Amino acid sequence: MSLADGARGDLRMAGLHKRYPNGFVAVESLDLVIPQGSFFALLGPSGCGKTTTLRMVAGLEDATKGTIHIGDQDITHARPYKRPVNTVFQNYALFPHLTIAENVEFGPKRRGVKDPKQEVKDILALTELTEQAAKKPAQLSGGQQQRVALARALINRPEVLLLDEPLGALDLKLRRAMQVELKRIQEEVGLTFVHVTHDQEEAMTMADTVAVMNAGVIEQLGSPYELYTNPRTTFVANFLGRSNLIKGTVLGREGSGADEVVKVDMFGTVVSINASRVHTDSKEGWIGIRPEKVLIQPEGTAIDAPGDHFSGAVVVSSSYIGVSTEYVLRMPWGQELMCFEQNTGRRGGLLQVGATVDVSWRPDFAFLLDSSQDAEAGLEEE
Amino acid sequence: MISRIGRWIGKHLMLTLGILVLLYMYIPNFIVALMSFNDASQSRNLYQFQSFTWDNWLNPCDPQGMCESLRVSISIGLLATLVATIIGTLAAFALVRHRFEGRSTANLVIFLPMATPEIVMGSSLLALFVAAGMGGQLGFWTVLIAHIMFCISFVVVTVRSRLAGLDSNLEKAAMDLYANEWQTFWKITFPLVFPGILAAALLAFSLSFDDFIITNLTSGTTVTFPMFVWGSAQRGVPMQVNVIGTLMFLMALAIVVGGEVASRRRARGKAAKL
Repeated sequence: MSLADGARGDLRMAGLHKRYPNGFVAVESLDLVIPQGSFFALLGPSGCGKTTTLRMVAGLEDATKGTIHIGDQDITHARPYKRPVNTVFQNYALFPHLTIAENVEFGPKRRGVKDPKQEVKDILALTELTEQAAKKPAQLSGGQQQRVALARALINRPEVLLLDEPLGALDLKLRRAMQVELKRIQEEVGLTFVHVTHDQEEAMTMADTVAVMNAGVIEQLGSPYELYTNPRTTFVANFLGRSNLIKGTVLGREGSGADEVVKVDMFGTVVSINASRVHTDSKEGWIGIRPEKVLIQPEGTAIDAPGDHFSGAVVVSSSYIGVSTEYVLRMPWGQELMCFEQNTGRRGGLLQVGATVDVSWRPDFAFLLDSSQDAEAGLEEE
Repeated sequence: MISRIGRWIGKHLMLTLGILVLLYMYIPNFIVALMSFNDASQSRNLYQFQSFTWDNWLNPCDPQGMCESLRVSISIGLLATLVATIIGTLAAFALVRHRFEGRSTANLVIFLPMATPEIVMGSSLLALFVAAGMGGQLGFWTVLIAHIMFCISFVVVTVRSRLAGLDSNLEKAAMDLYANEWQTFWKITFPLVFPGILAAALLAFSLSFDDFIITNLTSGTTVTFPMFVWGSAQRGVPMQVNVIGTLMFLMALAIVVGGEVASRRRARGKAAKL
């Protein structure tokens, strides 16, 4: 690749592989291009290899195989301090014996900037830390320490900023606020952010592109919308939001082009799934439908959605959470489905446990996954 | 009146206990300070306060050989501290930061001298020196060798615990922020470990200065300060020993207070700079 490819400052990993001395393979073989200026999230459960990937980019771990480039520069085996990359560490790793201002000017001073006072002032203003400049890290709250870690990295204007679970240590409210803040700062400075997290909501709110990682490989990569509405694997379907996965038998294809659909028999009801949302070639498959796409009505009353229709479901439990209600339904074939309903008041009152209901969803919302995959993959153990 | 005091003690039980413990710890120091002003020239009983005098403070080197022994002790203490601190600090870094074969064995072997009774170590050292043909040269250098040896263990243990408590992410963060290995060590690692090294050095000096048993066995005709005090105790300790004791106590006090003041001033100075 060269500059002509428009890959000016893109971060490119090719065949990246990490095997630890004890034999554990953390990253299988990673091919990934992260465009310059994008906010990219690596999302996955703990131990999926996302942090190892980040540390290989930072130079804190040495890749066993493969290459890492930023633009034209091969940084695969460069020393950490020779890379145009900075990291925001999970526990911030602020230098406890230095003041906030000294922490922030550490990078510029090492790079040989003679008098970084103005830069320090600017970055402290950007991160709202001007008042704290003379304090020591221990005197700051968690949210402030987090911002110092960010300022300390950002002041160097790296080609790529790596964020390793940067909000993990904050409480929920602060985390939400910092998510917005981080996004704002990224848009303001226009640097490439690579954000590692296990929190799917965090990844979806902030990133332009999300790569879902599992067991050392990337399961799927795309915009949050794409990943959520059209997951390719059961892992993605379960890890990003929640999904109902129902066993089905593929009958055949109909139509062509954008209208091509795959007909699937689901316990006696034939459902159609758009071919672009079908991710299996086998005879069997998991039909996936998101719980909020499942519509229910008391038995016999009309459902105002044209689509796949089932009757004879029974409400097993309902939990009212204000903005919406979560129902669990037992389908005639014994499986339990989740159904999230906005409390619009349309029906007036909640459905009682034990009530028999009709169920429906639009075929365009369903997706078909390979039946050889584990339907429980990606479910968080609690 | 007595009931009032009783009530106060009842209310402030923790404080009372604390004061009692502190008194217990510091009374010996007060006695030493007091005795340094004792005029014992007229008396046969050296352990009783007779009358006040400045003589001891004005002529501290009067007792024959005392100041010479003090000089020997301080020289050995400083040299042993210097060498043991350097070797021990390097060893601690190796033990904490590097994975190598025999690391856990090394950890144990370094710890062992601390657990060995001094009398055993002293007599083995004497046997070693004699076997090595140094029996005729017992003195300053053999004592120094012995002191360096037992100080190293304490230095390693002290520095090691400080180093183990140091988040290794700090060094990674420094490297991530463009500091090379050398800069990372001097800007981050060393300043953070320094309090541990300083504590180890102070500990080493006081261990060396204080030591009697091992020193006695390896010193030949050389006399250190503890040996001088021990020797003179047979006839009655000269009052000037109390002067030296008081001076040592005041010096330790000055170091602690000075360190505290300096760190407070540093904190305040930084706040004022803004």
